[in-house]
Parts: sequence; structure tokens; C-alpha cells
Amino acid sequence: MAEGIKDRVAIIGMGCTEFGERWDKSAGNLMVEAFTEAIEDAGIEKKDIDAAWSGTCYEEVSVGKSAIPLSVTLKLPFIPATRVENFCATGSEALRGACYAVAAGAYDICLALGVEKLKDIGYGGLPQVDTQVGTTFRFAFPNYTPPGMFAMMGTRYFAQYGLSPQEGKHALAHISVKSHHNGALNPKAHLRREITIDDVMNAPIVAWPLGLFDCCGVSDGAAAAIVCRADMAKNFRADPVYVKALQIAISSGEEMMCTEWDYAHVETTVRAAQSAYREAGITNPREELSMMETHDCFSITELTEYEDLGISPRGRAKEDIEAGFYDLDGKIPCQPDGGLKCFGHPIGASGLRMMYEMYKQLQGKAGPRQLKDPKFGLTHNMGGIPPLNVVSVCMVGL
Amino acid sequence: MAGITSYGAYVPLYRINRMTIYQALGWLNPASLLPGEKSVANYDEDSLTMAVASAMDCLTGIEREKIDGLFFATTTTPYKERQNAGIIATALDLPPEIRTSDFTTSIKAGTGALISAYDAVTSGSANNVMVCAADCRLGKPGGFQEEIYGDGGAALLLGNSGVIASVEGTYSVSYDFVDNWRADTDRYNRSWEDRWIRDEGYGKFISEAISGLLKKYNLEPKDFAKVVYPCLYVRAHADIGKRLGFEPGQIQDHMFTAIGHTGTAYPLMILVAALEDAKPGDRILVASYGNGSDALCLQVTDEIEKVRDRRGIKGYLASKKDLGSYEKYTTFREILDIDTGGRGEEVATTQMSTLWRERRMILGLCGMKCKRCGTPQYPPQDICANPKCGAINEMEYYRFSDKKGHLFTYTGDVLAFSPSPPAIYGTVDFEGGGRWLFDLNDCDLDSLEVGMPVEMSFRRKYHDVSRGVHVYYWKATPVRA
Repeated sequence: MAEGIKDRVAIIGMGCTEFGERWDKSAGNLMVEAFTEAIEDAGIEKKDIDAAWSGTCYEEVSVGKSAIPLSVTLKLPFIPATRVENFCATGSEALRGACYAVAAGAYDICLALGVEKLKDIGYGGLPQVDTQVGTTFRFAFPNYTPPGMFAMMGTRYFAQYGLSPQEGKHALAHISVKSHHNGALNPKAHLRREITIDDVMNAPIVAWPLGLFDCCGVSDGAAAAIVCRADMAKNFRADPVYVKALQIAISSGEEMMCTEWDYAHVETTVRAAQSAYREAGITNPREELSMMETHDCFSITELTEYEDLGISPRGRAKEDIEAGFYDLDGKIPCQPDGGLKCFGHPIGASGLRMMYEMYKQLQGKAGPRQLKDPKFGLTHNMGGIPPLNVVSVCMVGL
Repeated sequence: MAGITSYGAYVPLYRINRMTIYQALGWLNPASLLPGEKSVANYDEDSLTMAVASAMDCLTGIEREKIDGLFFATTTTPYKERQNAGIIATALDLPPEIRTSDFTTSIKAGTGALISAYDAVTSGSANNVMVCAADCRLGKPGGFQEEIYGDGGAALLLGNSGVIASVEGTYSVSYDFVDNWRADTDRYNRSWEDRWIRDEGYGKFISEAISGLLKKYNLEPKDFAKVVYPCLYVRAHADIGKRLGFEPGQIQDHMFTAIGHTGTAYPLMILVAALEDAKPGDRILVASYGNGSDALCLQVTDEIEKVRDRRGIKGYLASKKDLGSYEKYTTFREILDIDTGGRGEEVATTQMSTLWRERRMILGLCGMKCKRCGTPQYPPQDICANPKCGAINEMEYYRFSDKKGHLFTYTGDVLAFSPSPPAIYGTVDFEGGGRWLFDLNDCDLDSLEVGMPVEMSFRRKYHDVSRGVHVYYWKATPVRA
């Protein structure tokens, strides 16, 4: 009977670049920046790494296909390296590859590195890659962008729970204001300006009902993790962070093709969270979690995650939001580093960036946004669109 | 007895007031102002999509499996090589054992296709032939033709049983009369002097064809309930009927000030309007105009009462929206070379082999229905999407294009490039089962509501100008009329 990987893998070093419009840096420069910080943090040398995982989503405007760019950029000495891609959950997929390889006993020390260079596409938003849904689906998909696909979750959520657009947008605005507050405290964040509820409510619409401040930043950046066997972690540092669960769930198609799914929640999040809580031994996430970094590509995504992760009651996230439950000084601070919203969203790096914040918080090194004695951190990383997606849920602790 | 067994029509939602055009470009040609408004195809509509829409209307209550011929008449074929009628037949999910042809290069091609279809069913070489006519012609900015040309379509089904209007006779004249012309490489029509066209062509050929028909079959104007012929000039139109001896009440309304001159579709659209009001026993005389004229004598039967449930001209005329701006009109017709932004420029190569392999899915909007659990699903699946079933390879094709849907959720996306922003799209749940994401058109964001009924409309998905490709697919629209 498979037991999962709880407490079998430790994170001993992490690195994360400043996210943002890094016009003067190539994807390679960003990879070196994150990698250097990670190995210095772990106190290891390049030769100590047994295998590597590279995460990039839009290879068309970044480093190209395969793990060769990672290996060549870092001058890895002929070790195994694999490129992974799972839309916006790519960074977590790289971490999962590295952790599972260590847990399997195949290697002692592995590297996971995610990078994305989005600001070389020449227009705002994510790249419009016509064939990213495949060469058949491209003919049958609407003329969409990600904000629209998530905005439909807002339309549906408001209708399902009887919220007027104004009431719904107000709850969403609180989420963005909170993340901007946190991001303003983070020197590596892309967007570092506090905003008000009115700023959010009055911002231009990007995809109804979502406005500009309901959308995350589109950024360049890289993040990296060094993982090793749990039993050797203390050889490298006194405060390693242990992986308690690392689960993933992918759409089966029933959300998209059958008529049962409500488009007001993300089924994969529910499934991945259930698996992760089981693996980590969490029975009451609302009481047991200390903090989390969730996939807040849009404010409505974050709202539904509160419910899908089993923290807020179904249809009632608004009450917790408005009570400050997820604020930096709340019961479970969500996106203490600013999240995708303000730290930014270089696709391949985001899952690892989330982990970077949980790691620093658990070690007490999160500076002005440090939380008091966190025990359990959760990262939730989603790729795709609400009807068709992949979700990774990872739990870490000391 | 052979003749028309069903009819349908299509007029796009948008109209532009001719004064709107005149206000934009009347300074170039102050004499160009014409009265009324004209119909305007949306940016994703062309003659081919309007032919499909007319045919869908005509197919109401008709078994598609019985159709063994489809003729498309237009002067504005999206493709010069690649049979346009074949695209229409695939979009209508008609069986492949079918004769298809394009009738083109003259605005009398609509009646030409009609007579050919009649001949085919009369000879017995085909049993049920669909004639679709549609046009979407361009007049040069600032000229008369821009104000004259409207967009629309009509469809008639010809057969031997269930005839609603029998064809009692035909008479044709053909002349190489060069009033309007468009060479292979031209986008816009050219024309010779207006007065010459009116007096030597339009004023003569229709009369000649109608007189010829009356003489050939020993009929008189009073034998007809209605006479149908296109309008190029409002006063000249009335004069033709008058000179032939028809009373004003016998002349079917030309709709020139409501939709404009819709090319090959025009006489057939007026005919559909006449059929909508026709009573059993009525005789209707139809004549086209364009390089001569075709005239047909029709006699309405009792069966006409069985096909009243079409949207037809009446329904589509009543359902309209003012386009409002000339700039929007020229953008929709790709006359104005607008800035699409980098996002709008991203068009990948169109994989013809994929389009062929998935033709029933993409052009025909067919998914699958599981033979084991009965769940309709789109796009086609090998393994049933119903999590409680999961049957493997127990599927049969299932057509969604003729199913009603309900808007489950939607958005209006300003980031996506659209010639008519915001790009509106949503999730559609079909009555009977099945769900998919579709672009929405012919609607405003503010008019949408979760749960509202929608229907499917065949549209151009994109036009890759640099590679010469028009790709078609289905969108959802609010239910019209």
C-alpha cells in the first residue's frame, strides 16, 4: 500500500528572483539568479546535485523546449534533467518531480527550477498561443483569454449564491486589497503599491465582472528549490522544511462536457486538497493550517479556493473574507508574500515561488510580513482554466 | 408535381441607416443619398454563413437524410477554388451522397440554381435539392453601390412530394449586358452609367422575361396573386409592374429600404416573403435580374399551411439592431485596416488535414451520444465522459447545431482581440444534454443573463488573410424573433 511521501523529503535551500518586468534580464540570467541563491542557501555545490527538473510553460517566448537550456545555462555536469510543463502549475510539477525522485530513493539531492520570461511577447497579458489547447481544439475553443475563462466563474458564482455584481465584486475587492497590502511589504514583489476597495471597484473591466485589480501581474522571474532525503537534511542546516504532502489532480473532462459541474468551484482543488490532507494527516484545515499561498491568478479564483480547500463553508467565503480571516493578521493568512496578484506570475516559477514564501515563513525569515510561529503551510498551484485544469496542493512544515 | 417543398430566409441582425453612410462619406458624392436602411452582416458573417442560416430555417421539420442535392448561389464566394456548397453541406451535416454545386458570377444565379434544382427533381435525377442563395457584396466607399447593397440569404427546398408551391413554367433571357462587373482580382464592383442600366437593362429584361412567360403559358397579369422581382431603383421598380399591367397591390414589397439589394438572394428573399402570406391556389410570378432574367410561374398548394413555423423574412426583418456607425461597418467588412494589436496577429497555420478529419465536429458541430448511457457530449469522444459510465467505443454521432441551449455562464473579454469588443463567450448547456464553451455574437454584454436561451449560428471563426483561409465554426446567439 502506497504511503505517500510525508516527511521523507526536506527542502534545504531555496532561491527566488525579484519578479517583475525584468527587461534587462534573459531567462538564463534569471535561472542563474535563483539557482545561485538556492545553492548558497543550502550550503551545497553544484556537484552535489544528482538530478534536476526544469519547469517552463511558454517555451515559445522563453528558453525553448527540453531541459537542455537548464543544463547548459547552469553548466550541470551531465546529470539527468527533465523538463516538465503543466500550464500554470508547472513550477509545482518541477518540485514534485524532484521530491518524488528523492522519496523513491533514486537520488539524494535534487534541484527543481522554474522560470518564465513573459515580457518578451510584445503585448500585455499571457501569450496568445493559438495551438496551446491542441490543433483540433483550437478550432472549437472560443476567442478567449485567461481572465475571461475565470471571469465566467465570477458570473456563475454570483448567480448561484444570489450576489449582485456589486456585492460580489466588493468581496473580490477585499481579496486584492489584502494581497496588495502584503505585496507592498515584499521587496521581491512585482507590484508594491497599496490599493483601496474603491480602486478595485472603479478599475477598468478586463473581462466582466473582473477588473484590472482582480487580475494578477504578468511577470518575468525564476525560483528554485534544493531537496534532499529527510534523514540527511540536518547535515545541511538546522531548520530544514519537510514536505508533508504533495498531491495533484487533473480534470477528467466531466466538468467541461457534462452538465453537473457548477462553474462556481474548481473540482480538482477539492480532490487534490482531500488527497493532500489525507497524506499530511490534516483533519480540520480551518484549525490546523497556519498560512497558505494559493493560486490567485484572479480574485475569484482565490475566493473559490477558500471553499474548495475546505476552509470556508460552501457559498460563504465572503463572510470570512470580510471578517479578515485571510488577512496578514487573520487566522489563516493567504498570500503573505502578495501572491500571484502582487509578487507576480512568471508561470513556470510560480509554484516554487509559493513554496519559497512558506519556507521563509517557517524559518522565521519573512521580514516585515513574518507570521507568528507558523506550523503548517499550504501551497495551491493551478494550471489551465476552471473547466479543464491541473491543481497541485503541497503541505510543508518543520 | 414538382416544386418548392420548404422555404427559409436569413437577414443579419444589424442594419445601417443610409443616412449614417451618407454622413460619413456624402461629401464625396452629394447625390448619393438613398432612403431607408440596409442589412449588414456581422464581422463573422459572409455569404456562406448566411446561406447556412437560411438553410437551417428552411430545414425546420425536414429530415436531413432525404436531401440529395445542394446548390449554392452567390457572387461572393469566400473561396474561388474549394467548393463553397460543399462547406454548406458539411455545416448542415448532410450525408455525403449528395450533388453539390456553386452557381455564381451573376446576380440572377439564384433563380438559375432554382430552375436547375427544379429540373433535377423533375427529371428524377435527384429527389430533394436545397437551393441556398446569399450575397454580401461590397460597394466602394462613398459610391452608390455601398448604399444599395444589403446582406442576406434565402433557401428553398425543391422536391416531388409535399410541394407547397409547384413550378408551373419558366422562361429565361440571357444577355451579356455589362452593367456591373467585378474581375477576378477586384474586391469592389464597377459599373457603367446609371441611366443606361436603368433604361436599357433593368427596365427591359425583367419585362421581357415576364412577358415571355405570360405568352408561353397563355397567362395574364390578373392570373397572379403576386409578382416578385428585385429592386434596383425604387421608381423604376414600380414602373416595370405598371407597364406589364400589374396592379400595385399585386407587386410584392421589394424591401429595398429595409435590407437593400441582396444580390443573388434578392428575388428569392422577396419570394419567401410572398410565400409567407400566400394562400392555397395563389399564383406567384418570380423574375430575377442580372445579365438577363429568369422568370418562374409558381402555384401555391394546400401544403403551404404545414410550413408556417419558419422564422422567414418576417421574423428576421422584425429582429434588428442599428449598427450606428460607418466606421464599424467598414471594420466589419475589412475595408478599414484596423490595428488588431499583437494579440490579434497571432494566427497559427490552419491544418487542413485536421479540418478534414474532424469535419463533422468542427463544421457540422457533431459530438457523440453514448449508446450505453445516452449522454450527449461534445467534442466527439471515444470514451464516454459520464463518470458513471466510461463506455469505450460505444458512441454514435450526435448533432448539436439544431439543439437549443441555455447560457450557463458568460463573460465579455476586453483583452482578447475582437473587431467588435468585448469578445463575448460563455458556457452553453444544451437541452437534452451536453455542454461546451462558445463565442457569443449578435448580443450586447448587458443583455445577457445566466440561464437565458441561446441557439447555434454558423459563423466565420477567423480569416487568415495572409494564407487565404476562411475557417468556420459555430457560435451561440440569443434566440432571434
